[in-house]
Amino acid sequence: MPDAVLTVDAVTAGYVPDLPILRSVTLTAERGKLTVIIGPNGAGKSTLIKAVYGLVPISDGIITADGKGILGLSPDRMTSVGIAYVPQSDNVFRTLTIRQNLDLALQKHARADEKLSELYARFPVLADKQRDRAGSLSGGQRQFLAVAMALAADPGLILMDEPSAGLSPKAAEEVLDHAKQLTGQGVTILLVEQNVKQALKRADHCYVLAEGRNQIDGPAADLLQDPALGRIYLGRERRAQA
Amino acid sequence: MIQHLVDGILVGSFLSLGAIGLTMAMHILRFANFSHAELLSIGAYCALVFDKVFESLSPVLATKIGPLSMTGALAISIILSMAATGLSAVLIDRFIFQRVRQKGEELSMVFASFGMALIIRNVIGLIFGLSGELYSNEIAFAMVLSRDPLLLVKPDQVFVLIAALVLMFALHVVLSRTTFGYSLRAVAENPRLAQVHGINLKRMIAAVWVIGGGLGAVAGIFYGLSFQITPVMGRDLVLPIFAATIVGGIGSVYGAVLGGFIVGIASNLALVILPSGYSPSVPFLMILAVLLVRPNGLFGEARA
Amino acid sequence: MIGFISYLVFFSTVAAILAIAVLGLNLQWGNTGLFNGGIVASFGAGAYGTLILGGTPQDGHLGGFELFYPLALAGGMAFAGGLAWVVGRLTLRLRHDYLAIATFGVAVAFENVMRNATGVTGGAQGIRGFERPLQNLLGSGFSYNLVFLVAVLAFLALVYVFLERLTVSPFGRLLRAIREDETAARSLGKSPDRVRLAAFVTGSVIIGLAGGLYGTFYAFVSPQDVLPILTFQIWAMLIVGGAGNNRGAMAGAFLIWGAWTFSGWALSRFAPVEAQLYTGSIQFVLIGMVIVGMLLWRPQGLFPERLVVSQPGVDTGNKQRD
Repeated sequence: MPDAVLTVDAVTAGYVPDLPILRSVTLTAERGKLTVIIGPNGAGKSTLIKAVYGLVPISDGIITADGKGILGLSPDRMTSVGIAYVPQSDNVFRTLTIRQNLDLALQKHARADEKLSELYARFPVLADKQRDRAGSLSGGQRQFLAVAMALAADPGLILMDEPSAGLSPKAAEEVLDHAKQLTGQGVTILLVEQNVKQALKRADHCYVLAEGRNQIDGPAADLLQDPALGRIYLGRERRAQA
Repeated sequence: MIQHLVDGILVGSFLSLGAIGLTMAMHILRFANFSHAELLSIGAYCALVFDKVFESLSPVLATKIGPLSMTGALAISIILSMAATGLSAVLIDRFIFQRVRQKGEELSMVFASFGMALIIRNVIGLIFGLSGELYSNEIAFAMVLSRDPLLLVKPDQVFVLIAALVLMFALHVVLSRTTFGYSLRAVAENPRLAQVHGINLKRMIAAVWVIGGGLGAVAGIFYGLSFQITPVMGRDLVLPIFAATIVGGIGSVYGAVLGGFIVGIASNLALVILPSGYSPSVPFLMILAVLLVRPNGLFGEARA
Repeated sequence: MIGFISYLVFFSTVAAILAIAVLGLNLQWGNTGLFNGGIVASFGAGAYGTLILGGTPQDGHLGGFELFYPLALAGGMAFAGGLAWVVGRLTLRLRHDYLAIATFGVAVAFENVMRNATGVTGGAQGIRGFERPLQNLLGSGFSYNLVFLVAVLAFLALVYVFLERLTVSPFGRLLRAIREDETAARSLGKSPDRVRLAAFVTGSVIIGLAGGLYGTFYAFVSPQDVLPILTFQIWAMLIVGGAGNNRGAMAGAFLIWGAWTFSGWALSRFAPVEAQLYTGSIQFVLIGMVIVGMLLWRPQGLFPERLVVSQPGVDTGNKQRD
């Protein structure tokens, strides 16, 4: 019996009623694993994790975290049920300093000081620049700050939306490596990626979405070899050209 | 000339207090609130009522503090009025602005605030009468700071300036040193992300109204101490306060402070060259000048 | 009976003049989404401009150019348009609330200047010495008022037809496109700022026309005629009528002006003497409540816009229609 941290069961969701972006999507994230969601542009990948986090209205389906239903929970309550979310862009407060960003994320933490030193130890670059405004950080550093802010809530599950977007290849690999490293420490990660190769290299399990529906899923290593994966991407491209 | 400068600084102190709340609400709720100046009236009249109540309850409270025309009763009333005005602001938002926000576009809120200003102003007039009121009928004598040039300052005015600066400094400490302050700034910058990090938006919006109402109440009371309280004081103050936020840059608390003093000083210095009847036009000229030279104000950031 | 009819003529004249102003506001707000918080400045510019240009020479103030009436009226309208152009140029590029604040400021400054610049505007005494056109021919009695009403209604019809044509013209479609989706309009190579400025100035010229007729009707204008309450009244008329709908806007003008006059009459008639001082306050509260109440319970107005308005993200038939 696999140990599911998050289950998404037949979820239909979208910003406007009657115009669902996701249609009956099903997914499971297992404890301590790195699960990735890939798919062509407009597949609804980001919408899926936003829907899980309560940021997109859900019209049908069930979502549970650790066996408890979390449907209808507002986004500001998610950290209290052990889920954190790292948005794709604008994921730090640029006008606050790095220290202030972290203090903000730590404000409900029982032992904030201890946790802060732990985060600084994990990301030494943040400790060095703690008095600088977050807006002055480089892309990779900003991503680390966003991850650190997510970790501040001691989450069991982190949702990440394209953490490598807009980063240099080297910084992208660093961020993805870090995500992988976190799963080794017992954190479950559900990650949306465009960077298919790099993501699959590190992932345990992978879901492929297209046009708002589940296509295929399986162990990441198997999917890398699966010709169906190429068809889903190419098929979409061919239609776009037509 | 120097007298105008001093008067301008004093006027600036309560314009700044009024502008801080306005700029915060405008930034976080994204609408120009034309009824903000009515919070100053609500604060001034609340203090008037509390003051009368306390004076009649205890004669000790009715005695003046030192050289000020202010009594112990009024001092307590200021605190209570801040709370009452903050609460009024929260209630107005909950029952009017929030509902309009759900139904319409941003400009509907601007429009609703026009209507609310009209209602609040005239209901106050109906309750308290149309003529002006004073907190104290005793004449406060001005201190002569200098004879040549002649420079007069009333003790009350010195108190107003110092108290306003203390309040602004307190707000600065909250915004720059406390996680509550970071939360406010976070909501102003990126409400969605603030929510992602567990910040309750509704509670923060209520906090903005409490701060805006509280500081507005003090501004209204200080206006009353310096001049007199009238039901139409909101009408006379709304444009200078807007000018202060635009000069400082919408959304910037520090800009609002500086903008308040700049508008206060400029309006008074303008009297050196203009007949006094024109002073209500000065804030508008300042708005035009800022829009021409630096549309985002001194500290503002461009935002669509 | 004669008294009643003559009052009806008087009432209809003022209501029809205000209806013209509401139509001008509708072009700005209903069709373009521009918030004008200083209608009274355009209205006043039209009135002052017309009376100064068309009046007879007076000792106290500037004016008395005794211009041919249509030229004087056109001058008033141009004055209103010029003022709007300056404000629009400065604010239309910026966040929308800047326009609201700046227009509000113009109105405050306008009233302030009219009150103080005695040499130009007669100050608090207002502009006197204006002779209404054709008065020597028609006298100043009932027949004059009747002819004037017909003339005002003709102007109203003219403005209505002009705006209805404008709405279905390519320019009108552009206005709607910009109101609905500015980015899309911009990507089509249209400059939203210039289009909005044109709509703002046109609307203000129409409001200036209303002001000019108002000044002509009373042959007098003073700072008392350009108080902020007029802005609120005209807004209430538009929101009651339904923004975007020209016929609704005109109906709203008559409805609100009727309610205003009636409440004033009822209060002066039935309110106790001690309360007479407060009739103005009560009426102001009522206008405020009409505005807020409509926004809360019927934001589309009593006579909503007939055209389908596309919602963001929802694809309605709008595009096909174009």
